[in-house]
Amino acid sequence: MVTQATKGYIEIDQERCKGCSFCIEYCPKKAIFLTDKLNLKGYFVATYKEGNGCTGCAICAIVCPEVAIEVYRGGTA
Amino acid sequence: MKKVYSRPKSLKPAHFHYCPGCGHSIVNRLIAEVIDEMNLGDKIICVAPAGCGMLIYNYFDVDCLESAHGRGAAVATGIKRVRPDNLVVSYQGDGDLAAIGTAESFHAANRGENITIIFVNNGVYGMTGGQMAPTTILDQVTTTTPVGRISEKAGHPVRMCEVLAVLDGTSYLERVAVHKPAAIVATKKALVKAFQHQMNKTGFSMVEILSPCPTNWKMDPLQACKWVEDVMSKQFPIGLVKEVQC
Repeated sequence: MVTQATKGYIEIDQERCKGCSFCIEYCPKKAIFLTDKLNLKGYFVATYKEGNGCTGCAICAIVCPEVAIEVYRGGTA
Repeated sequence: MKKVYSRPKSLKPAHFHYCPGCGHSIVNRLIAEVIDEMNLGDKIICVAPAGCGMLIYNYFDVDCLESAHGRGAAVATGIKRVRPDNLVVSYQGDGDLAAIGTAESFHAANRGENITIIFVNNGVYGMTGGQMAPTTILDQVTTTTPVGRISEKAGHPVRMCEVLAVLDGTSYLERVAVHKPAAIVATKKALVKAFQHQMNKTGFSMVEILSPCPTNWKMDPLQACKWVEDVMSKQFPIGLVKEVQC
């Protein structure tokens, strides 16, 4: 069985993030969470948690207003 | 692993100055993506408005010109007439296009100027602190309508796409939104279509984009998106308003 964690992953530039939580709302796998960590601008930032089955669908990047998310997808599919 | 999504090349590395959850930032990114995909980097000239979108020249790695408040369509007309081979795009908000610049926009559309206007409609004057705009919907509370907009005193919200649709000079008018993933994808398609209409010289094209303004609507970003879906899009129906076949 293929482990779900190998399909894709994202990288969030936390200094760009403004904590609007669009990515958290629309992530179909609920793999993004809001942290209690502040960035230099003073916003609580979103973070990606591995192991929740990210497929690299890029919906988070489509809704991210700050263009803070880069999406990677596996080459096997 | 292969990178499938990253920052568009025509978007400079600068951080956006917009508030959290603002629709402007999504629209800016979509324009940059379209510029990249259609390879318009050395051909496009953007006209910046007065309002929240006024700093777009800090974000786009293409030629941009700042216009006086509301005069985007007039400035774009001038550029297009001296450089007819360039793609001229005026980026405007609702206070800019539908209030201060009504005359310029209306007559540019009536003359059938071959320009594209990207009209970001968030129903308030965003930059100055959320005063009532012509596009504020009835009963919406703003700083200048503290009990909600009342039609007897302040008139009715203006549907710019429908207003311009009666003019013979317009070739493509569509209303879209950026409050959910499917709507964002549709917005990008509308931008591509508007640019194609200008390249085919069919006349005036405009894309009206319903955009959340969480700060001035006094909502959190997700509530603002829901408000666009439940309330704003009832007043401003999303969809194609006019398209002349080229």
